[in-house]
Formats: sequence, structure tokens, C-alpha cells
Amino acid sequence: MSSVLYDVPGPKARRVSLIGSIVGSLLILGLLAWIIMTLAQQGIFEGRRWQIFTRADVWTLLANGLGATLSAAALAAVIAFPLGLLLCLLRISDAAIIRIPTRVVLEFFRGMPVVLMMLFVLLGFGTSPFIAVVTGLVLYNAAVFAEIIRAGVQSLPRGQREAGLAIGLTSFKSRMLIELPQAIRRMMPSLVAQMVVLLKDTSLGYIVAYGELLRAVQVMADFLGTQFLFPIFFVAAAIYIAINILVSRLAVWIERRGSKKAAGGVAKAEPEKAEAPVP
Amino acid sequence: MDVILENLPLYWNGFLRTLFLSAVSGVIALVLGTLLAAARVSPVAALRGFSTVYVEVLRNTPLTIAFFFAAIVLPRLGVKFEQFEVAAIIALSTYTAAFIAEAVRSGVNSVPVGQAEAARSIGMKFGQVLNLIILPQALRTVVPPLINILIALVKNSSVAGAFFVLELFGYGRQLANANGDAVIAVLLGTAFFYLLLTVPLGILASTVERKVAIAR
Repeated sequence: MSSVLYDVPGPKARRVSLIGSIVGSLLILGLLAWIIMTLAQQGIFEGRRWQIFTRADVWTLLANGLGATLSAAALAAVIAFPLGLLLCLLRISDAAIIRIPTRVVLEFFRGMPVVLMMLFVLLGFGTSPFIAVVTGLVLYNAAVFAEIIRAGVQSLPRGQREAGLAIGLTSFKSRMLIELPQAIRRMMPSLVAQMVVLLKDTSLGYIVAYGELLRAVQVMADFLGTQFLFPIFFVAAAIYIAINILVSRLAVWIERRGSKKAAGGVAKAEPEKAEAPVP
Repeated sequence: MDVILENLPLYWNGFLRTLFLSAVSGVIALVLGTLLAAARVSPVAALRGFSTVYVEVLRNTPLTIAFFFAAIVLPRLGVKFEQFEVAAIIALSTYTAAFIAEAVRSGVNSVPVGQAEAARSIGMKFGQVLNLIILPQALRTVVPPLINILIALVKNSSVAGAFFVLELFGYGRQLANANGDAVIAVLLGTAFFYLLLTVPLGILASTVERKVAIAR
């Protein structure tokens, strides 16, 4: 891949790149050292600041926050996926009277900040923060899922639908039995990547006062004293990032596994263009 | 409806702030992201490692965490900002840069191997290959995804409204709290101004995609 950009390095190039590596590592290490020194001057590494993690209630609060984060994400994903499937069917309907309004609705929800939708539900309908968070996530992600699956359907060869119709399936049955199963399998990496986005977006619940992980950090820092803000934040951020990296790795694994198996179940198509996930 | 018309100057103010935040962070993120992508494909292992770790961590960090860090944790660590806009720009641009780096890198990888080989065989150096052959071609493939990232950036700038910066979302929230009886109208007004930015950008993205895309 990137090795085509340069020759197999000779002795001279190897020396240069070795020097570059050493200088680069030193620079990065220097930067790290500077950060750690600065933090140490602030007294971040004093034992008593980290001793709070020996207390069970700190971990209980963190676990509650994490539970709130995961439950909102799970519920939103479970609702958003079937809804996205339905929206996709409407979006690719043969009848313009269904297709065009659906398209407008999808553009609307995709073009709006998720946090605005959460606030809208929270204040406009006076719901609990949990419902506001889940509704905001569902509306946005259903629209994105619909677009991803649509891209999958469109990347299938035309013959798939033609063959379905030719053997006497109705248009709806051809979609359900022939096209969607293949489109979903093909788009699995993008769909899982979107799940990461969904999981990340639960942290917006912080803004609408939903008691998720970040809110738990804030509450504990207010309660225990601000000198504990950094340690607690550090641990919570590490938890968040670790979970997201795990799910991202899952997406990569599915992609690899899918490309090995693709020959079997999924029709080969025009050069694939998977939609890259967007922040 | 009246609420929106009465507060039109406020909305406009917020709209301009959102535009400003997005534009400044967008430019910084583009530069930083391209540098990171270049480091990711460079022969120097240390740079590659740094870029890989940066992209992997930042891409998996929720934006709210990035904002929380820049606006609340950093000041506690002694980094004081005159204005919270600076914190917002830092959070937005470092976060977005990771996505831009990924988009540019996959663009670089989409350029056929023969192009780089041909350039090398006529004696170009690494920098020349990258600047004269690979990047001009890669940029065409990455332009549509880049626009999509910028759309997301505009929407993401709304998070700044929750961290002491008054922009479109911040004003919308203020107005919604002040006009308890017209919350829906107020927030639909805010949504309209966001769509004013994101929908044209989306249309631009698909037009560019059709025009610029080179068949390979």
C-alpha cells in the first residue's frame, strides 16, 4: 500500500529514516514529558488524588453512568435499525408520491445537529432526558441507516431485481427477499461504524442533563471537589474510548470476514464504494 | 412564528458565530489532517506511529469529551483561555482533523500503484511523488467525503453552545428557555438556520462527486 510511494530503502535512506525516527521519537517523547511535567506541577500525580479510586462508591457512580450510556445506545440502536430499514424502503419506492416526501424528511433529519433534536424533544414535549436522548439518537441514526442501506441496494447489479421480478415476485417481495439481505450484508461494516457514532453521540446526553458517564464525572467532581476532576475525567474518557475502539475493531473484523466470504452469498457488483462514516 | 421574527437579529448573530467557528476550525482541521495523513504514509516510523495513535484515539473519542476536556479540564490544569471560543476551536479542529486524515489517507491509497511506480521510475523523490502525483489525484477522490466531514463539523459546532460559547445552538437554547410557550417554534427556527448551511453543502457534495469523480 504505502510502500509503493518509496523504494525499498537502501543503506543511506535507512540511515536517514533511522535518524528521522529517532528525532521524531525524541520530539514526541519530549512533548509527552513536557505534558507530564506540567501535570505533575499541578499536583495531578499525588497519591491522594488517585486514592478516590479505592472507594467503592466512585466506581458505583461510574458504573451507573456507563450503564445509562449503554442502555440509551442499545435502545436507540434497536429502534433505529428497523426504522431505518422502513425509511429505506419508502425512499426507494417506485411511487414518487412516497419517495419524494421521504427524501425531504431524511434530508431534514440528517442535516440537523443531534443535540438540537434532543433539546427539541426535551423542551418541546417535556419528556424525561432519557426519552429525549433516545429519540434524538433514533431520528438521526434511522435517517443515516436508511441512506447506508439505500447505497447498498443501489450498488447491487440491476439483474438482481430484474431476476426477482421475472420469476414473479412482487416489487416488495423482491426488495425483502433478494435485495435488502444482500445490501445489508454488503453494508455491514458501514452499519457497525455508524453504531460507533451512535455510541459516541450518547455523550451528548450530558448537555440535556441525562445522567450518563460524562454527567457522572461532573457530578462527582462537584461533590468530591475539583481537585479530583482530572483523575475521574481521565478514567471515564479511557472507558469511553476503549469501548468505542472495541466496536470499531468489530467493524474491521466484519469487513475482513465479509470480503473473504462475499463470493458465496452476495452478488458481485460494480466497484464497491462504501460510505465512510462521518464524525 | 412571531418569536422567530422578533429575534431574527439574535438568530443571525448566532448563525454568523456558527459560520465563524466552523470556518476557522475547518481550515485548521484541513491543514492538521493533511499533515497527519502525510505522516501516516511517510517512511519515518515514529511519525507513522504518532499519526496512527492520534487518529485512532481521536476518532473514538466522543466530541462531548473533547469539548469537556478543552473547556473544563484544561482551565483546571492551568491553561486559561481569554474566550471560550478558543477552547471550542481547539476541540473541534483536533477532533475533525482525525477524520480528515483518514479520508485523505484512503484517498492516497485509492491512487493506482502504477502512478507512484511511474513517478518513482522517472526519479522523483518521496516528497515529489506525494506532492506532484499522488495528492493532486487523491484530493479529487477525497473532496466529496471531505465536504461531508465539513457538514458534520457545522453540526458538531452546536456542541460548543453547551460549553459557554454563544452560537446558533446556544442562542436557540437561551431563547427556548426565555419563551417557554413557544419552544417548538424557537427550535424549529434554529433548525432552519442549520439546514441553511448543511443542505446546500450536501447538494454541493453530491454535485462535486458527480463532476470531479474520475472513473477508474
